Amino acid sequence: MLRFLLRRFGYLVFVLFVIALVSFGLNSIANNNPAALLAPRGASAEAIAQIKANLHLNDPLYLQFWHFLTRGPDIRGTKSGLMQWPPSLGYSFVKQRPVTEVILDKLPATISLALGAMVLWLAIALPIGVLAATKARSLLDRVSTFFALVGLSFPTFLLGLLLLYVFYYQLTTAGFNVFPAGGYVALTTDPLEWAHHLILPWFTLALTEAAIYVRVTRSSMLEVLGEDYIRTARAKGLPERRVVYRHGLRSALTPVVTLAGLDVATLLGGAIVTEQVFGLDGVGRLAVLSVSDGDLPVVVGVTLVAAFFFVFINVLVDLVYALLDARVRVD
Amino acid sequence: MSEQAGPDATIPAPVTADPAGPPKRPGPPPPPTASPGKSVTARTPLQLAMARLRRDKVALAAGVLLILLILVAVCAPLIAKLVGHDPTTNYPDGIDASGLLPVPVTPGPGFLLGADQLGRDVFVRTLYGARISLLVGMVATAIALVVGTTVGLLAGFVGGKTDTVLSRIIDIFLSFPFLVTALTLVALNRDAFGQPRISPILLVMAVISLFTWTFFARLVRGQVLSLREREFVEAARSLGASNFRVMVVDLMPNLVAPLIVYATLQIPLNIVFEATLSYLGVGVRAPTASWGNMLFDAQASGYYQTQPGFLLGPGIALLLTVLAFNLLGDGLRDALDPRSSRTMAKD
Amino acid sequence: MTSPSLDKSTPAAGTSSSGGEPILRLSGVTKNFPMRSGVFGRTTGSVSAVAGVDFELRKGETLGLVGESGCGKSTLARLIMGLLPVSAGSVEFEGQDITKLSRSGMRPLRREMQMIFQDPYGSLNPRRRVGSIIGDPFAIHKIADGEDRVRRVKELMELVGLNPEHYNRFPADFSGGQRQRIGVARALALRPKLLVCDEPVSALDVSIQAQVINLLDDLQDELGLSYIFIAHDLSVVRHVSDRVAVMYLGKVVELGTAERLYTEPRHPYTNALLSAVPLADPDRAAQRKRLVLVGDVPSPVNPPSGCRFHPRCPKAQEKCAAEVPTLDSGEGVALDPDDLAACHFPVLPGEDLTQARSALTGVQATPEAVFGAIGSNPGSGDPTNRDSTNGDSTNSGARA
Repeated sequence: MLRFLLRRFGYLVFVLFVIALVSFGLNSIANNNPAALLAPRGASAEAIAQIKANLHLNDPLYLQFWHFLTRGPDIRGTKSGLMQWPPSLGYSFVKQRPVTEVILDKLPATISLALGAMVLWLAIALPIGVLAATKARSLLDRVSTFFALVGLSFPTFLLGLLLLYVFYYQLTTAGFNVFPAGGYVALTTDPLEWAHHLILPWFTLALTEAAIYVRVTRSSMLEVLGEDYIRTARAKGLPERRVVYRHGLRSALTPVVTLAGLDVATLLGGAIVTEQVFGLDGVGRLAVLSVSDGDLPVVVGVTLVAAFFFVFINVLVDLVYALLDARVRVD
Repeated sequence: MSEQAGPDATIPAPVTADPAGPPKRPGPPPPPTASPGKSVTARTPLQLAMARLRRDKVALAAGVLLILLILVAVCAPLIAKLVGHDPTTNYPDGIDASGLLPVPVTPGPGFLLGADQLGRDVFVRTLYGARISLLVGMVATAIALVVGTTVGLLAGFVGGKTDTVLSRIIDIFLSFPFLVTALTLVALNRDAFGQPRISPILLVMAVISLFTWTFFARLVRGQVLSLREREFVEAARSLGASNFRVMVVDLMPNLVAPLIVYATLQIPLNIVFEATLSYLGVGVRAPTASWGNMLFDAQASGYYQTQPGFLLGPGIALLLTVLAFNLLGDGLRDALDPRSSRTMAKD
Repeated sequence: MTSPSLDKSTPAAGTSSSGGEPILRLSGVTKNFPMRSGVFGRTTGSVSAVAGVDFELRKGETLGLVGESGCGKSTLARLIMGLLPVSAGSVEFEGQDITKLSRSGMRPLRREMQMIFQDPYGSLNPRRRVGSIIGDPFAIHKIADGEDRVRRVKELMELVGLNPEHYNRFPADFSGGQRQRIGVARALALRPKLLVCDEPVSALDVSIQAQVINLLDDLQDELGLSYIFIAHDLSVVRHVSDRVAVMYLGKVVELGTAERLYTEPRHPYTNALLSAVPLADPDRAAQRKRLVLVGDVPSPVNPPSGCRFHPRCPKAQEKCAAEVPTLDSGEGVALDPDDLAACHFPVLPGEDLTQARSALTGVQATPEAVFGAIGSNPGSGDPTNRDSTNGDSTNSGARA
């Protein structure tokens, strides 16, 4: 088991390293000069060149990458590198702040969005999926299958725009000022406003995701209900409700939970589209804005954070599987 | 059950047809003397699947819709001529400046779906958007299909170290937060003056295939891993077939069905991918019309509120296209491979 | 393990009509599959699947190869065909060692030796038409194409008793027996001299088995083929073979003419195998005493020392654990120079094995009522009880 853990951990570090390397490399190619950004307005060319040298920007790329990993550029005496503790993701020359700080600032919005949406989509999808499976080929099943397909076909940003149009614009012009157009209010500031501002984004994400989960729940449930032990439970004379919910649902949930874990992992790295549609100041929007601002350290930082969530939760899912299911090979 | 008694059957075999057993389709052979010279052509599994598909009304409707869509995309310039508007011209009569601020005209004669914030015809632009969506979606899928199939075949069939290395590469690609990386990649396409270095359309295709070939590779690898254990591969080897021949002649025919299904379901994903990139401002750029950048304009200008055609035109076109591909793909999957199931994620 | 005593010059009694010239000679053929584990796939051990097999196949002869599942028969077939590389030893086909040949060097020989596979469903590509499957050998060896290939394929289909009009059908349109005929047609396309049949009928209904076996028999006469015929059905092997080799844990334990081997088995293991063959005559079956060998087939990862059969052998002595017996005709008991057994203490004609008791382990084969044995193994001549509870109690017993 320890060996398995070590292997998975090694894999995590390896993937993150490769992603850091690629993302750092890509961003270094980009055409910008942080020294010019950092220098005071109207600084002389020599001064800018001096700043550039201080930032090690004239060093070969591999050395810059090494600096990025171990100590970061020497900005105002901060020693900040990915391998230091606390790990730092570098310094944003555009925002004149450490990248870690910038990202941590934006993380609450993204986490609120992702976790809330997950609760919502599971709440929508699980009952429908289970019902569709127990009443397979019924009218309900067909209808839910069709709506799942429509949901699946809805680009997230389009659904967001339509929700905005109907629930914000139409309602507001009709005199019901129910939903805000966007923005984020921190949970600590005002929990009610927090939820109020997040309802439309939550539904946007949840409705598109729920479509997938209805399908997965349904097929997983159908598979489980076809198993021998379910037949045995029925043969014992257990009530159907108990068979379905006690015996069936429990094992049918495994793939659903796995998928939910991976999806949330992806969303934690920035629900870029939803954040952009609703102007939510999360990690995803930060990435979009940084890309257009040419704030490359932030882009690399977000890429790494997103990759970290994804790989970490992947490893976690593997681990839970290995713990739960002795049949999974641990080698 | 009805083994044909060959000339060698010296031991009389009890060839009694099992009355309970289903009769073999399409009928066991009559003795070789019957109808000499006329050869019987069985329908290929693909033909059988198409016959099944033709009975699937929903998939059929989706297919017809897609054919119409392709026709519209191809004929977009012709229709634009008929309407009298081209996609990139700012028409002054598209802007209604009666109020304080100029407001684009709403749907009506002349402008079927109204105009956008610059007075361009939304209807004509939506038609032209179909060209971009279909082009990018299909070409990107085709590239991903070719690359992914090749890598998957090599990984699955050659195995060993090749497989380990290729699988690791696939894993790493899948671990990339692809939207952020795609943003970065597209952002790099800027020279010192902020002008794109290569055509944004080409770049979007490349980026999309860069992040989707892995799905095909994984699919093909998995299939090949199970196929190569089948005895027919060993039989081919024992005949002296080369690796290349085994891959092309023996494995490929077994991959066609799942690949068709997968590709059909990947096209809508890629169309959404393109629209999303364009919506985020890093895909296809104005003045070239794409559904994604039209929707971005609709939101950014705020005019979608007063001119709903601005939002609904490209929005519904995008939704219908994606839905049609998904319905067709589902139908194809049921027709080709009734057992398989699929999960996918987005955002 | 060596077998110097094979008499190569004199055609033996019981071999087939066309002389005793060897077409295939195996010496010391060995295959170990490495077992890998750990992070870097280190080799941590190996499975000894085939451990030094020597025999020859004569022109026009059928050599049966029997043994339980997992004894290395199928691996041996693939080694002969060059589908797997040997770990040691040589396979000579018409005097040429094929184990050293490269893939391309092997190609011309593919025309001379062909294989028929066990599973008529798995060995035909479901997505290709029968005509092109049978035509594969012509395409691969660039012998015929176009009209010529079609004509040849149709001839082959006729030869194996298929309707040539079904040229364009898919394997799914054929029954199991017909599919095996397709496999035979494909194997015969290049007019090979040697056919390796890996359990060609075990996946077929009994009634169909006879048809395919008779087909193979007729083709042998017609085309002068030599066969290696692998099966676990002892009665089928007896029916088709001139000589039979019995394998146990990767080694040939007994080799002899079919007649002699079935009537006077010399190796205790052969005795055990044969006692499990269902007899058609219920009176004889009732008379027969049946023995249950103690223990399981040992793991090929860690095979027993000396004679691999010794832990389960009722006749085992000290020598059996210490010395590897050679496959030879034994001292003074040889009935024929072709009759070989790898046993230090071969069973003598008339000896009752149920009375024997291993001097080494005290193992004694337990007599068991024959009804139970037959009941546990209905209908098939498979001596290997697949049912694990009844398992490898592969029964030994004196013949009636």
